[in-house]
Amino acid sequence: MADNKKNIEDVSRAPVSQRGPAMERVAEGEGGIGAQVAVNIDGRDAKVPMGTTILDAAKKLGIRIPTLCHHPDLCVAGVCRVCVVEVENQRTLQAACAYPITQPTKVKTHTRKVRQARRHVVDLLLSQHYGDCYACTRNNNCELQSLAKEYGVDFFRFGHPTEARYEKDLSSHSVLRDMNKCVLCRRCVRTCIDLQEVGVLEAVGRSCETKIATFLDKPLAEVVCINCGQCINRCPTGALRANDPTDEVWAAIDDPKKHVVIQTAPAPRAAIGECFGLEPGHALTFEMNTALRMCGFDKVFDTNFTADLTILEEGTELILRLYKALVQKDRSVALPQFTSCSPGWVKYIEHFYPEYLPNVSSAKSPQQMFGAIIKTYYAQMHKIDPKDIVTVALMPCSAKKFECNRPEMMDSGYKDVDYGLTTRELAKMISEAGIDLPTIPKSDFDDPFGSATGSGVIFGASGGVMEAALRTVIELVVGIKVEDLYAHADIIPMRGFDGVKYAEINIPKVGPVPELLKKLVPSWDWLKGATLKVGVAHGTANAKRVMEDIKAGGKLSECHFIEFMGCPGGCLGGGGQPIPTSPEIRAARAKAIYDEDAHYEIRKSHENPVVAKIYKEFLTEGPCGHLSHKLLHTHYTPRGKYIV
Amino acid sequence: MLVTERERLRDDIQAMADRMGRKRDALIPILQEVQTKHQQISDYAMQVVADLLDIHPVEVYSVVSFYSFLDNKPKGRFVVRLCRTISCDMAGKEAVARQLMNDLGVCFGESTKDGKFTLDWANCIGMCDQGPALLVNEQVHTKVTPEGVHEILEACRKTFGVYAQEKKEERA
Repeated sequence: MADNKKNIEDVSRAPVSQRGPAMERVAEGEGGIGAQVAVNIDGRDAKVPMGTTILDAAKKLGIRIPTLCHHPDLCVAGVCRVCVVEVENQRTLQAACAYPITQPTKVKTHTRKVRQARRHVVDLLLSQHYGDCYACTRNNNCELQSLAKEYGVDFFRFGHPTEARYEKDLSSHSVLRDMNKCVLCRRCVRTCIDLQEVGVLEAVGRSCETKIATFLDKPLAEVVCINCGQCINRCPTGALRANDPTDEVWAAIDDPKKHVVIQTAPAPRAAIGECFGLEPGHALTFEMNTALRMCGFDKVFDTNFTADLTILEEGTELILRLYKALVQKDRSVALPQFTSCSPGWVKYIEHFYPEYLPNVSSAKSPQQMFGAIIKTYYAQMHKIDPKDIVTVALMPCSAKKFECNRPEMMDSGYKDVDYGLTTRELAKMISEAGIDLPTIPKSDFDDPFGSATGSGVIFGASGGVMEAALRTVIELVVGIKVEDLYAHADIIPMRGFDGVKYAEINIPKVGPVPELLKKLVPSWDWLKGATLKVGVAHGTANAKRVMEDIKAGGKLSECHFIEFMGCPGGCLGGGGQPIPTSPEIRAARAKAIYDEDAHYEIRKSHENPVVAKIYKEFLTEGPCGHLSHKLLHTHYTPRGKYIV
Repeated sequence: MLVTERERLRDDIQAMADRMGRKRDALIPILQEVQTKHQQISDYAMQVVADLLDIHPVEVYSVVSFYSFLDNKPKGRFVVRLCRTISCDMAGKEAVARQLMNDLGVCFGESTKDGKFTLDWANCIGMCDQGPALLVNEQVHTKVTPEGVHEILEACRKTFGVYAQEKKEERA
């Protein structure tokens, strides 16, 4: 140990002037790494585990150090230098976010030198930041703007660009980039490469010519971008934003000939309060219904209805696959079956694992199912010409904008879903209409697609689709109540934010085949004694882990059904959700979603009366029947990752 | 058997990756070798390298765009880089630059039409005491005079065409 210490001192290549004082390592037996180190910040003492950054130690003491490039979801970068502090015995100022405390340290966070340096850093950032705050989507929610205010920027010491340097990239249906507003904090780079492992954005060029670019500087629509929008949620400025269709939506609302229908997904209602100053974790479902009607939408429906429909379609598809594989011994059946609800994930697999596309369920996502049902079943029922119907989808997601523009999503004869709105865009529309969302009266969804179940609601959280599917499968196949297996039908192993979740469900006995599925399978006997293995992954980085495991023939390749969500945390952490995001905020939103689920009287998809009705009246051939194949199922495009 | 250029490039890079290890830290050595061998790192080559090292193409692009000696666009067989830093400037790099442009018929940053030469600037190559200095590929020439430029270029030209043929015969 002693030898080791000496060696480290010898090989230090730092100039003597920049070397810290000799390090007093904790002797072995006294704790070693992980031992507590004394730190004194602004005269206040604390003990922190060795290796804690100054920023975290200050947070613990309740001392605020401003940051810009730092983000709780991402690795340390230390590039923006906004968080510089004075550390005793260090010649230069140190970045608090990147300075690990390894020995007793004395830190001062707001000396004259520090304040001046920070002001200069902000001035320098502004000298490269082109754009008008008034005309920016992030006005009032911009970290650069707040910093400028905090450090009293009253003039541009180092100048301010007067003209744009780069052309805006407006090619994508989902994510728009304006690199003139970029301050090169590299949060999007770390999001794209480290958090999501998609690898679309990276710093390109050197020195003053550095910019954030895609491969070969191609437009975003031509590269492997999966449209998840996680970069938007983490951009401190307005350089990245979602493709905003609110003008078109207002135009449709103002057109008296158009019948404008909105469906709202489960995740936005759990988060929209954040745009109106509420703490994360307050669901405003029913206030939002009122606000949507006040805005002028003709009908407000619940996407949860098609979430329930998805469970039946996707569940039936799974049963058919298992039946083919186990009973008919068809070796060509692709198993495990993957969920297809998340358009980010779907584009990810199209790009990176196209050979596994047969495994993806052919069922459309709830959003697209809804669009197709509205422009067929609903139009017939209410005798409205489908060409006069405009369907808008409120989603927590930027990839849904891409999804509704896919050329194959026209099965009703029209564009199934016309516009995808994000939570942020709807909040903007509501404010524009002069409505203070948290204080208005509550109202229910419109019939007929207002009745949903708790199973639909939990689609918004990672593991929700699987939990909903299991609730239905257990009841339909085993023939017992879910409540007998899991208290309150809460399937806890599927919940939480573990990257990859795995569970096995034994089927000790089987019940009678329900009426709905009798045409497809004669009995459940073949499932008797079987073990259903399921997996859940959220965020494409975890999805990659799962896919590699399946490729290598690991544990997950034996699964029967795997839920994938493109965004960390599932939809509640989606790229269209209010900014900022952090693990705590996502946990609060998840709690709001599960609370709402607990309040529903009907909590299982197959018990939804409207779903039963639609199979009786419209999709008469049952799940995976001819008509449901035409309207509710789709196909995928193998895209590959090579760019020509 | 017909082998397309792309397939050959891929096999080439695969061999390099096997030799240097399919790890992230082999990135720059591989890129350097591709550059010397093919005078450029093409779009396709970058994607192949990324694929083999299990990193993202945009990361490779980022590295290629960072270093002046790695290039995405094709370069000439001989890359002439004249130092433009202060010592060489004071030692008379301007006259050498003019002579280079005259002789090759291209400006700095351009390649000759026949693809034999690329003319470019370099920032300090560490020959400040022997300026003006220039690099031809990896070979350093110091105390270059405008008259000397012709000789240097001629030596390069002699590796092409009929000259190369003569040389081959001489050796034989």
